[in-house]
Amino acid sequence: MPRGETTVGRVMAQVAMVMNLDKCIGCHTCSVTCKQTWTNRTGVEYAWFNNVETKPGVGYPRRYEDQQQWKGGWMLDKRGRLVLRSGGRIKRLLSLFSNPDLPSIEDYYEPVTYDYDNLVSAPAQKDVPVARPRSVLTGKPTAITWGANWEDGLGGAPEHAGGDPNLSGAWAEKVKFEFEQTFLFHLPRLCEHCLNPACVSACPSGAMYKRVEDGIVLVDQDRCRGWRMCVTACPYKKVYVNHATGKAEKCTFCFPRIEAGQPTVCSETCVGRLRYLGLLLYDADKVGEAAATPEEKDLLDAQRGVFLDPHDPEVIAAARESGVPEDWLDAARRSPVYDLVTRYKVALPLHPEYRTVPMVWYVPPLSPVLDAVDAAGGNQDDPDHVFAAVTRLRIPLEYLAELFTAGDTDVVAGVLMKLTALRSYMRERTLGERGDEAVLTAVGLTTREAEDLHRLIAVAKYTDRYVVPAAHKEDAAALTAMENRCPVETSGDPAPRKIMLGIPALRRNTTAGGRP
Amino acid sequence: MNAALSPPAAASASRVDLLLWVAVPYICLAVFVVGHVWRYRQDQFGWTSRTTQLLEHRWLRWGSPLFHLGAFMVIAGHVVGLAVPDAWTEAVGISEHAYHTTAVWAGSVAGVAMVTGLAMLCARRLVTRRIRLGTDRSDKFLFPLLSATVLLGITATFAHNVFGAGYDYRSTVSVWFRGLFVLQPEPEAIAGAPLLFQLHALTAFLLFAAWPFTRLVHVWSAPVGYLVRPYVVYRRRPAPAGAPVSASRPRSASGSR
Repeated sequence: MPRGETTVGRVMAQVAMVMNLDKCIGCHTCSVTCKQTWTNRTGVEYAWFNNVETKPGVGYPRRYEDQQQWKGGWMLDKRGRLVLRSGGRIKRLLSLFSNPDLPSIEDYYEPVTYDYDNLVSAPAQKDVPVARPRSVLTGKPTAITWGANWEDGLGGAPEHAGGDPNLSGAWAEKVKFEFEQTFLFHLPRLCEHCLNPACVSACPSGAMYKRVEDGIVLVDQDRCRGWRMCVTACPYKKVYVNHATGKAEKCTFCFPRIEAGQPTVCSETCVGRLRYLGLLLYDADKVGEAAATPEEKDLLDAQRGVFLDPHDPEVIAAARESGVPEDWLDAARRSPVYDLVTRYKVALPLHPEYRTVPMVWYVPPLSPVLDAVDAAGGNQDDPDHVFAAVTRLRIPLEYLAELFTAGDTDVVAGVLMKLTALRSYMRERTLGERGDEAVLTAVGLTTREAEDLHRLIAVAKYTDRYVVPAAHKEDAAALTAMENRCPVETSGDPAPRKIMLGIPALRRNTTAGGRP
Repeated sequence: MNAALSPPAAASASRVDLLLWVAVPYICLAVFVVGHVWRYRQDQFGWTSRTTQLLEHRWLRWGSPLFHLGAFMVIAGHVVGLAVPDAWTEAVGISEHAYHTTAVWAGSVAGVAMVTGLAMLCARRLVTRRIRLGTDRSDKFLFPLLSATVLLGITATFAHNVFGAGYDYRSTVSVWFRGLFVLQPEPEAIAGAPLLFQLHALTAFLLFAAWPFTRLVHVWSAPVGYLVRPYVVYRRRPAPAGAPVSASRPRSASGSR
């Protein structure tokens, strides 16, 4: 349903997410519930709108962060203009017939199912019957050689993890040598719903769009013609080709839930309660300029500069002018995301150097540093030891900087020190002591701010973590119209008056009944 | 429907000729037009190029560009050869000989590229099990029909104009083809053409009839608008047509009030 393309140049609201990586235990509940909700259909068996990677590791799809190979995201050309790394408009149209930079199914993994039926239908015999894996694509027995979380918990890391594109600097050699004492953390990933989305910009048919109201990036299934340029353009490789329908699909940020004021499925079911959802107000006019910041290490500040203070009367007035409803402004003022990203500056974007201005941010994990403190014989409860480690132990720091700050270790160190100071101060307070305020002052926090941040990070009640305003009631009629239909139509949906000429009969049949 | 036939033409054309060269083409063109309108209105979700590059890219990398670029040249050649009367090219000073030499050379290159590309695309579809299983009924009809059309066309060119004595289709086949579109069918113009040309013309019209029901519809979605569009597309959340806040659910029939 194409509606008027709106001109930008005003205050816009974005539903954004922050994940506190120290709390992620790598249980994959987010991935599984997401899959059950959105991608348990034929054609997207291999696709995980949300996945959890072990870092260091090559990720999913393999080495997706290597933009020299995959050409994702934006870059600056010789004259400093922002251009898609996969090439300009004409080059894109010329590569419609064969996209040179499209990952193949092997770069993800070959999806399999199992011969479950054999378990009950095998004739009586001496051996216990087994369920052998079968390729979903060919129906033939297959050997499972890769998966979306193949390296879970550093499994096979000595063999594979060296292929992590973030391990490129000279310091990276040491990571491989010291694998016995190495660090690991989990990185849950989903679509970043970028402010400057490369996928949308690369879509030749204009089927992908960013919603004006909440910034969610979606694929219009009726307008997608299967040119598959979005897959290449997305540096996070979070747009997938449905090989049964030939159309692109991606994380929807669970927009039906968001519209109803509920958190996304991945957030709702997160066992570690590490996800935060809230509004960010931003100046849509500044996005392009921020994304084109010449120096990569300045990108983080430039991106933060795009966000607007929801308490500022001028911003409130401009937002009203731009049509942001009053209850959304209130939600923006209570947004945990704004606090973590802008007020306390403890959240960082994933790969800001891709210049897409991503909207899922991460509180970097202290655990790699604490591991290193332990390994060096220090006491990880002593802030002095941790501070010393943060400044001296380059390896985890360099690695985190590659992920979150385009290589600027000072910023990561600053955040980790802030978290360390907070931990030590609040521990003392909890144990009934006064707490050493000097530690807080060193990282620029007042006691009041420390308590506030502690509540946000450590206590984190449901209503503190998820501040999602429901879609505005003037639009209620629009929502009722959406109520009875699946936003991503299943290919075999026997909805009336839907003709499925484009869908192979074989897959049509298997889709209708869901998974075997 | 073929009342436009002038009496002498009708007299010279047999019933079979009328069927093959007037009725069949018009039926096919009607199906082409109506089929497209129907599918565009009913099946936006199925309207796609149905890419399989995710599942196989080694053959596609060469086959698809060869086929598509060859097809563009072949289509351009057909537009010139069929739509432009030879009197016009003569008038701008292109001799019959010069025209045919160019046509045969350019046509051969384009044709060979297209046939090679199509052969590779068919081969990967047959050989790669993943793609074969994903092959639709419409594909099973389209690929043989398209291959037959292309092979008949290139065979006709090679048999008559490259190795043969030369056949001037512009004075026969082209006349018939143009006649269809100006509603003055001249079936007798093609009735005497060599069998290969006749078969090529017939399969081509069948291809037109099948077009709207196959993946060929993606041709009409060639995204040229992308060249001038702003990069980032913003859209408002869709609102149902003319629905103010009301308790009743919007009806599917729009504009009934």
